[in-house]
Amino acid sequence: MALYSDKLIEHFQNPHNYGKIDNASGIGKVGNVVCGDVMYLYIKVDKNEVIKDIKFETLGCAAAIASSSVVTDLAKGKTIKQALKIESEDVVKSLGNLPIVKTHCSLLAVDALVEAIHDYLKKNNKDIPEEIGRKHKILEKQRKEIEERYAR
Amino acid sequence: MKRVYLDYAATTPVAEQVVKAMSSYFSEKFGNTMSLHSFGQEAKAALEQSRQRAAGLIKAKSSEIIFTSSATESNNMVLKGIKYKHIIISSIEHDCIAETAKRLEKQGLPAGRQGIKITKIPVNKQGLVNPERVLKAITKDTGLVSIIHASNEIGTIQPIKEIGKICREKGVLFHTDASQSFGKIPIDVNEMNVDLLTASSHKIYGPKGAALLFIKQGVKIEPLLHGGGQENGLRSSTVNTAAVVGFAKACEIAKKEMAKDAEKQARLRDKIIKQVLNIKGAFLTGDPEKRLPNNASFYFSFVEGESVVLQLDLAGIAASTGSACSSKSLEPSHVLLAIGLKPEQAHGSLRVSLGRQTTEEEIDYFLKVLPGVIKKLRKISPFK
Repeated sequence: MALYSDKLIEHFQNPHNYGKIDNASGIGKVGNVVCGDVMYLYIKVDKNEVIKDIKFETLGCAAAIASSSVVTDLAKGKTIKQALKIESEDVVKSLGNLPIVKTHCSLLAVDALVEAIHDYLKKNNKDIPEEIGRKHKILEKQRKEIEERYAR
Repeated sequence: MKRVYLDYAATTPVAEQVVKAMSSYFSEKFGNTMSLHSFGQEAKAALEQSRQRAAGLIKAKSSEIIFTSSATESNNMVLKGIKYKHIIISSIEHDCIAETAKRLEKQGLPAGRQGIKITKIPVNKQGLVNPERVLKAITKDTGLVSIIHASNEIGTIQPIKEIGKICREKGVLFHTDASQSFGKIPIDVNEMNVDLLTASSHKIYGPKGAALLFIKQGVKIEPLLHGGGQENGLRSSTVNTAAVVGFAKACEIAKKEMAKDAEKQARLRDKIIKQVLNIKGAFLTGDPEKRLPNNASFYFSFVEGESVVLQLDLAGIAASTGSACSSKSLEPSHVLLAIGLKPEQAHGSLRVSLGRQTTEEEIDYFLKVLPGVIKKLRKISPFK
């Protein structure tokens, strides 16, 4: 398959960490208003601020599903602080390669992680880094728009 | 792994008999149809015989057929080669009409034809154009109406005869892009009141690189390509004899096999439709009756089409989707939006198209695999 790397297809066929976490410490819900993809990311954080468990639910293309899978792999076992350093380039690297037109899928996965962490920080009345707060406002607006579409 | 091709609307394999018919036109009968010597004349004879065969499939005169390189070229020639100020198309045209029209509206090509207006006739939920709406859209400036005969995406067959009648009464030229219908359902250009018609070779088991444009006797059209004056001065370029001969052979086979093919494919199509609609959250797109015999198209809630296509591909099955994720523009198919689908519904679209080689066994395999694919993707999806 020329469009996607073998690694991406492997993640697409057997995605890691998909599903839901009941009583999650934080939930990140993001949607891409242009293409219509939706991603939910659940994290379970322990008292040392380590992401002990992470799961995703994604409605989207192979690149979106594989990016979700990779982001959960990358974040699992990391502290919140470390996890916030994950960038879309890291996702692309883990996938081997990603067609340029699909770059937004890897971005969406990272956004979902940021949103889950934001949710965790907010729920626990912790300081929210300014940049994360700013990003959250934009992402929340997009999420609402797209969720409304699927709710009908 | 088992490989099942269910994307015949995209392209078809070249029929064995077609390959055989073409084979002597590469190295043996390679002459240029414009040459006076015997090499040229045998190519010329093959060209004219091919023209006759192709014309026969749509009840046209052979003098009314020119060969081009693609349906895209034929469609471009129609839109760019006829003088008019106003053109009417439908909202479900193939990109090679829709994009060309958009460009003409913007740029007024060719030079000196500024201010071309385009009217897009909407379709109903089944994808049908109401001929009355065409009538209402015609103004004194209208020079051309172009409506796709059968949709490449949803398979809906338009009331071409009725639309053609209106155009004729109003003195407006009428073109139809028959790329998907040609060779699959009967076409009679006279009965259907068509002035111009596009058809393509690679959709009917002929080679790629050959297509035709039917131009009714008396219709004036400017060429796209100028040069040596081939194809009655309407399409300069050395004739691709082998491709044209192959196309004509494919036409000849289609004429013979059409009824049998259509009957068999329609039966398998109906089997697909019936069983796929048993899947929860599966919906048919296109008209249930006025539909190409080889098209079954759907959308599935809460899954994305590219994922469906790729999961099917991993099981060896080839199909296609109009999802935003599969397009370069990241926008869903304009056809699916035109029939009233919301972007998130178009997001989960799947098209299955059958062909002459399709077997019942292949369809059973597809029907066995598909529910699992949808189930798997919904399991990953946040919506269920």
